[in-house]
Parts: sequence; C-alpha cells; structure tokens
Amino acid sequence: MADLRDDAPITTSKRSDGIIDATENLLEAKGHSLVGRSVTINRPRAELYAYWRDFTKLPSFMDNVERVDLIDDTTSHWVVKAPGGKTVEWDAVITEERPDELIAWASTEGADVPNSGRIDFRDAGDRGTVVTATILYDPPAGFIGKVIAKMFQREPAIQARRDLRRFKQLMETGEIATAARTHKQLKEETA
Amino acid sequence: MRALTWHGKHDVRVDTVDDPEILNPRDAIIKVTSTAICGSDLHLYDGYIPTMQAGDILGHEFMGEVVETGPKSTLKKGQRVVVPFTIACGSCYHCGKHQYSACDNANPADNQDIAQTLYGQPMSGLFGYSHMTGGYAGGQAEYVRVPFSDVGPIVIPDGIDDDKVLFLSDILPTGWQAAEFAQIEPGDTVAVWGCGPVGLFCVQSAFLMGAERVIAIDHFPRRLELAAKFGAETLNFEESKTYEALMEMTGGIGPDACIDAVGLEAHGLFVDNVWDQIKVSTFTGTDRTHSIRQAIIACRKGGRVSMPAVYGGFVDKFPLGAFMEKGLTLKTGQTHVQHYLPGLLAAIMEGKIDTTFLISHRMALSEAPEGYKIFHDHQNDVTKVVLKPGLDRVAA
Repeated sequence: MADLRDDAPITTSKRSDGIIDATENLLEAKGHSLVGRSVTINRPRAELYAYWRDFTKLPSFMDNVERVDLIDDTTSHWVVKAPGGKTVEWDAVITEERPDELIAWASTEGADVPNSGRIDFRDAGDRGTVVTATILYDPPAGFIGKVIAKMFQREPAIQARRDLRRFKQLMETGEIATAARTHKQLKEETA
Repeated sequence: MRALTWHGKHDVRVDTVDDPEILNPRDAIIKVTSTAICGSDLHLYDGYIPTMQAGDILGHEFMGEVVETGPKSTLKKGQRVVVPFTIACGSCYHCGKHQYSACDNANPADNQDIAQTLYGQPMSGLFGYSHMTGGYAGGQAEYVRVPFSDVGPIVIPDGIDDDKVLFLSDILPTGWQAAEFAQIEPGDTVAVWGCGPVGLFCVQSAFLMGAERVIAIDHFPRRLELAAKFGAETLNFEESKTYEALMEMTGGIGPDACIDAVGLEAHGLFVDNVWDQIKVSTFTGTDRTHSIRQAIIACRKGGRVSMPAVYGGFVDKFPLGAFMEKGLTLKTGQTHVQHYLPGLLAAIMEGKIDTTFLISHRMALSEAPEGYKIFHDHQNDVTKVVLKPGLDRVAA
C-alpha cells in the first residue's frame, strides 16, 4: 500500500500503530500514550521560552503540579497532585535544549509516572508564537491509573489543553482568568 | 450582599451571598446602580440553558460606581461606569482586531472545553450566563467583580442619568452592530424582523446609517408602535402576509437589507445547540428558524442579511439555494461591545440616540423575582425592566 502519510502532525494520526515508532525521533520515549497540543500566543518567542524554562514557575499555570524543585541545571524534581491529598513524584532530565526554540525532557528511572515530552516554540509572524506540547506518558493500571485520571484532570489531552490556555492567559494578559467571586472560591477551584 | 440567584425553572430568588473580592490585578468591584433584565435572561428563567448551577447570580446588563480597584485596573474609585456583557482581555489577537466577543482569554480555561467541543473554538466569557460562557457572577446584585476592568467598562460623565446609558452594556451596541453588518447604503430599504429591544435599536441605527425606509415586523402592537415612533413602517405578521407585503412595499424588488432580530432573546448562544445534542429534532423548524428563512427569501438579489438573532444549533430547511442563487451576504455574531462604546456614548450625549423610551418598569432589586415574572408573562406591555439596587438601600 502506498505511503499515506500527510503533512499533519503525528499526534493527530487516526492510527495507533506506528505512532510510537514515529515519535521516537521526536522524543526520548518514556511512555506509550501520546498527547499533542498547540496554542498561539500573542507574545515574542524568547519571552515565552524564558518563562517556561524556569521550571519553578510552571505551577503558576499547571493546576495539577504542586511544585518543581531544581536539582541542577538539567535535572528537576516534580511533585504532582493526586487524589486524597497524596502526590506522585519523579525526576526529569532535560534531554535537548535550544534557546528560544525547544525544551525536551524525560523522566528518570523510578518515576511514579514515566513520561517524556518536548515543548516547541515557533514564530507565528504578527500573531506571536506557536507553542506546541508533545507528551508521551505511561498510564499505569490500578490505583495509579486513578491517580493519573486526577492528575491529568480526567484526560491528558484535556489537561494539556487547559494548561496551555492558562499559559496563554498569563502571558497575554498578566493573569489567569477566573470566574470566582471570592478568595475562598478561588482556593476551592484550584485545590 | 443581596443578589438575584437562579435555582431552577421559574425559580429565581434574592439571596444573601458573599461580597465579591478583587482576585486578579486588573479587576474592579462595581457597586451596581442600575441593571436590566434581558430577554435572554428569560431563557435561563425558563430553564433552557444547560450548565447553570443553583445559586448562580444572573444579569449581564449593568452599570454602577467603582468602589474598589486592583493594582492594574485603570478605573478610579467613585467613577460611574457601564460594563459590557462580553468580557474581553484586550490583549489577544482577536481583541487586537476589535473582535471582543471572540476573546481568547476571558473564559476560564476549564470552562472553555464545552464551547470548544460544540463550536470548534471557545468563545469569550459573559456575565451571568451559565458556566459554558465562563460562569461569571452577574450584575443583578449589589456588587460585581469585573475582570479586565481596564478594557471593558466605559466611564460615564457626571450628570448623565443611568437610564440614558445603561443599554450600552448590551442591547444598544447589539442593535447597532446588526445594522452595521447590514452594510446599509443611503436610500436603502431595510426590513427588521422582531421589535424587541434590539430590533428597535436596529430601527434607530438603520436610519442613522442612511436607510431611507425601515420596515419593522412583529406581532406585538405595543412594540410596533414604538418602531413607528422612530419612523419605521410596520408590518404585523398576524395581520398581513410577510413576504407578499414586503414585495409589494418595495415595488417587487425586496428589501435591500434584512435584519433578523427575532431569536435574539437567545443570545445565550447555546440554548438550542446543547438541547439539540440531547433531542435533535425538538427545536428545529421553530419560528426562529422561520424568520431567518423568511429574511433570505424576501431579501433582494445581491442584498445583505444580518443576523443578531442567535441560532445555537443546527437548522433544518435552511434555504441555501436561494442564498447562493441570489448572491446574498450574511453577517452575524455576538456583539463586540467594547468596540462600539465610545461612539455610541457620544451619540447618546449628542441626543442622536434615545434609549430611555424602552424602559417600562423600574423596580428594586428585592422585587427582581416579580420583575422576571411580569417580563415573562406580559411581553406586549413589559418592554424592559430595570432593577435599581439603590431603591432597597433607600427603603432600608
């Protein structure tokens, strides 16, 4: 059969077979479920890259990430919310990095949730910058499966979509939109 | 504070709830002095709008006094402002093009999912209109938290009465935009379906934009009377055949521009749409679909159709052939309120546009449930109910 590959991103493929193979030259594979999501942000590439590269700031728009500790320049420790007030943790290493352009990472041995991914920043002319998140992860079964559900707010694609929207809001408007009326409500929403 | 809250079909109450607080740097808190009940609020009242939650505060047409500001707000305490019903950030690509109701950022990230699924892209946030459009608490309350207060609210000069400017919040710019979308040329005949508040503002706007004749179509005599006051010719569709009448009134040509302002009450966007997901056939072929169909059939060849009326879902028997063969242009959309505010405020101050004629009832906030009931039950006589939280303060 002729090669049916088109110009669409591999993350939008209808076929599950071959996706992981195709992804291997994109990422250091740590996981078997693939999520891809792009957002256009009306700010310069360098500014967005700089904000993202300081991993300690990521919890400001990633609701499920409790904190990120920097171990050294390329290694970070992630603490992510799980049901019942528990957390899951892992170390991640930067596997590739090009300033203002790309950050790729992979979790190290012993991660509660093996995962890897890359964030690409591409110029979009007078529309700003296209930010693309491509994430591979392993949803473990059983209890951890439930953890995953919560961790990714039901589904990783939705979580990535929401995190990127919040990143866009923060970068474009200086704040993250909320419909809460009081501090108490706001706290409950982000709990 | 006291606020009008939704509890279910035909069940709205004035409850005591927590006062709003400044949560983001660009927020302001507004002490409401006037707030109207919109036709679209009746759809919430009738229980058609999904993603409502018990206790939600209603109201998206409001104005008041600035009582608190966040560090990035440009408003000052004591200023009087009218607040647009569409919430817009002012910083995204769409806001840059003045497409404020398409703002990327005003709808909280989690709430954008439903609209994204239904429409392909999420829309902006709205005050007091279900959780699909953000879940923002509305203006039928003593106080409101207004996000992005440096972009939305317009400051009203002292000495101008609330009643003259309140409708800048929604229905006046909505009527104006609809007329603008009809691309009226001098000498045009414009037909307007529906003489609710927006239809009546379409009539005024069309004349200001150079229309020679406006034909207003409705079946409520009181509303047709109001349209006639602004110089419109009237067409009561219970008395006359609409298409035949329009053809005869235009010498067999058809109106140059047709504005469908009938389904407008449903500018909650989603009524039919989500309902259709559940019960596909129920809402197809309604009168609302009828008016846009009729507008397309009546419109002259090469004419323009403007649709401020909201159609949330899928329509049946849409005359696509007539639309194509006659070479019509259709423009529609939620109102980019912020874009029109300075010009319309100036028009009001110069006396070119009057909005006060619309108000038939003024009530205290505590009387809001009664206001909903009479607006719902007596559409001919009750053209607009304005709630004045200050009347409660006087009474107290």
